[in-house]
Amino acid sequence: MSKSGALPNPLAWIGRGAIALFAEIGRLIIYSGQVMFSALTPPWNLTQIGKQMVAIGFFSLPVVGLSAVFIGAALALNIYTGGNRFGAEQFVPNIVVLGITRELGATITGLMLAGRVTAGIAAEIGAMKVTEQIDALKTLSANPFRYLYAPRFLAACITLPMLVLVADIIGVMGGWLVSVYGLDFDSTTYIRNTMDFLTMEDVAVGLIKAVVFGAVIAIMGCYQGSKSSAGATGVGRAATLSMVGAAVLVLAANYIMSTLFVNIGL
Amino acid sequence: MTQPILELKDVEKSFGSNHVLRGVNIDVAPGNSLVVLGGSGSGKSVMLKNALGLMSPDSGRILFDGEDVTHDQGKEREAMRARIGMLFQSGALFDSLTVWENVAFRLLNAEKMKRAEAKDRAIATLKKVRLGASVADLRPAEISGGMQKRVALARAIITEPDLIFFDEPTTGLDPITADAINDLIIEQVKALGAASISITHDMASARKIADEIAMLYEGEIIWRGPADQIDNSGNDHVDQFVHGRADGPIQPAL
Repeated sequence: MSKSGALPNPLAWIGRGAIALFAEIGRLIIYSGQVMFSALTPPWNLTQIGKQMVAIGFFSLPVVGLSAVFIGAALALNIYTGGNRFGAEQFVPNIVVLGITRELGATITGLMLAGRVTAGIAAEIGAMKVTEQIDALKTLSANPFRYLYAPRFLAACITLPMLVLVADIIGVMGGWLVSVYGLDFDSTTYIRNTMDFLTMEDVAVGLIKAVVFGAVIAIMGCYQGSKSSAGATGVGRAATLSMVGAAVLVLAANYIMSTLFVNIGL
Repeated sequence: MTQPILELKDVEKSFGSNHVLRGVNIDVAPGNSLVVLGGSGSGKSVMLKNALGLMSPDSGRILFDGEDVTHDQGKEREAMRARIGMLFQSGALFDSLTVWENVAFRLLNAEKMKRAEAKDRAIATLKKVRLGASVADLRPAEISGGMQKRVALARAIITEPDLIFFDEPTTGLDPITADAINDLIIEQVKALGAASISITHDMASARKIADEIAMLYEGEIIWRGPADQIDNSGNDHVDQFVHGRADGPIQPAL
């Protein structure tokens, strides 16, 4: 702030913001590197990885399944309405399966887990930080990167593709439900068209995205949690920031990867 | 003179413009119990975190058993921590683990002990702090604050350390429970023959557990002497603190 009561210099204000932003990005990159190094080198804490796979993967099944069925259903309905305008409604099964496997299965799973898992991790790690449990881990010779962050990272990277596979199947089923029971498609033809149009490449694209989303989700949760400030406000803020950050990064990474996959012909 | 187990030499630490430690010099001899007094915001916790290696000092040195550990990382740092126990102010028990897993945490993780054996050790250590085997399978959230402190004490002593830190061991406890914790601290530290550094602003606790008392004020040790000299320190700051007066050279942190 300026001393004489004059208006603050807007350039200084923008400059400070930019420097703070780059510093934050730098810290996040260094932190991500440390998490990945701990995750990819032994020793691995298999007990913690197992626990986190259940917490992150298994308990996300209901929310992922429900989201996928509704997205698949809405997608089918919209494609039908759009296709109807130029007599292309028979392409509903093809576009549903393509849209779900390449794009929506992974994105919806990533977004739902950015809410459920990232905020949960940030709140848990944040609470551990403010109650000195992270310091306690260090004094007991347990490295928080190996004991807390790497297991969450690995569990998210392993379970996200599994969840996306489930979302793909249930999402396509959501489209089938609406088409057969709402739009008078023939069930057998719909399924045959879906299976004919389904390719391993499209599914693989979604699964590769899922691994990256898993990394984003776990790292954002751990990062914001581990720099959470004291008190209920600090932990709440960490949870909010992590969730928003993870959701935006999931969408940004999705776009970047989609561009990349299209360019390499996948 | 015997070599101190821990020695802080001219340790300084700032956070931005806040100069918390302004050259702390203190040492503790093996088997000795040192209590560091200080008001809120005097830098007690920061001093402790520097000594433990949870923070690095901006300047100055920290010697553990004669070795310079100021900037140790990895294996050297672990070797030091394996010989140190720490009782955190809030207990800092891991709430996702049971009581016995908390107590045996170092044995299970750093030392890779078999679970059955580690549980036996944990239950034996819980007995030393007057807790029965029945609490072993409970979660920290299911036991009282006084019991949590005992569990945290058990976790600090299970590996028979040479040096134990106590961060405000009696804070948040009623006077009777606090006294029981003081008794346990004295008993267990003596039984181990360990040195201890306690930071507190609880005078009753300080008088009871200290062999020596030091006073930290504005980031420096301003007085140090045998515990029985605390009432004749000849230092205005110490007198004001010992008698808990708002008037005097120390301004209340309001």
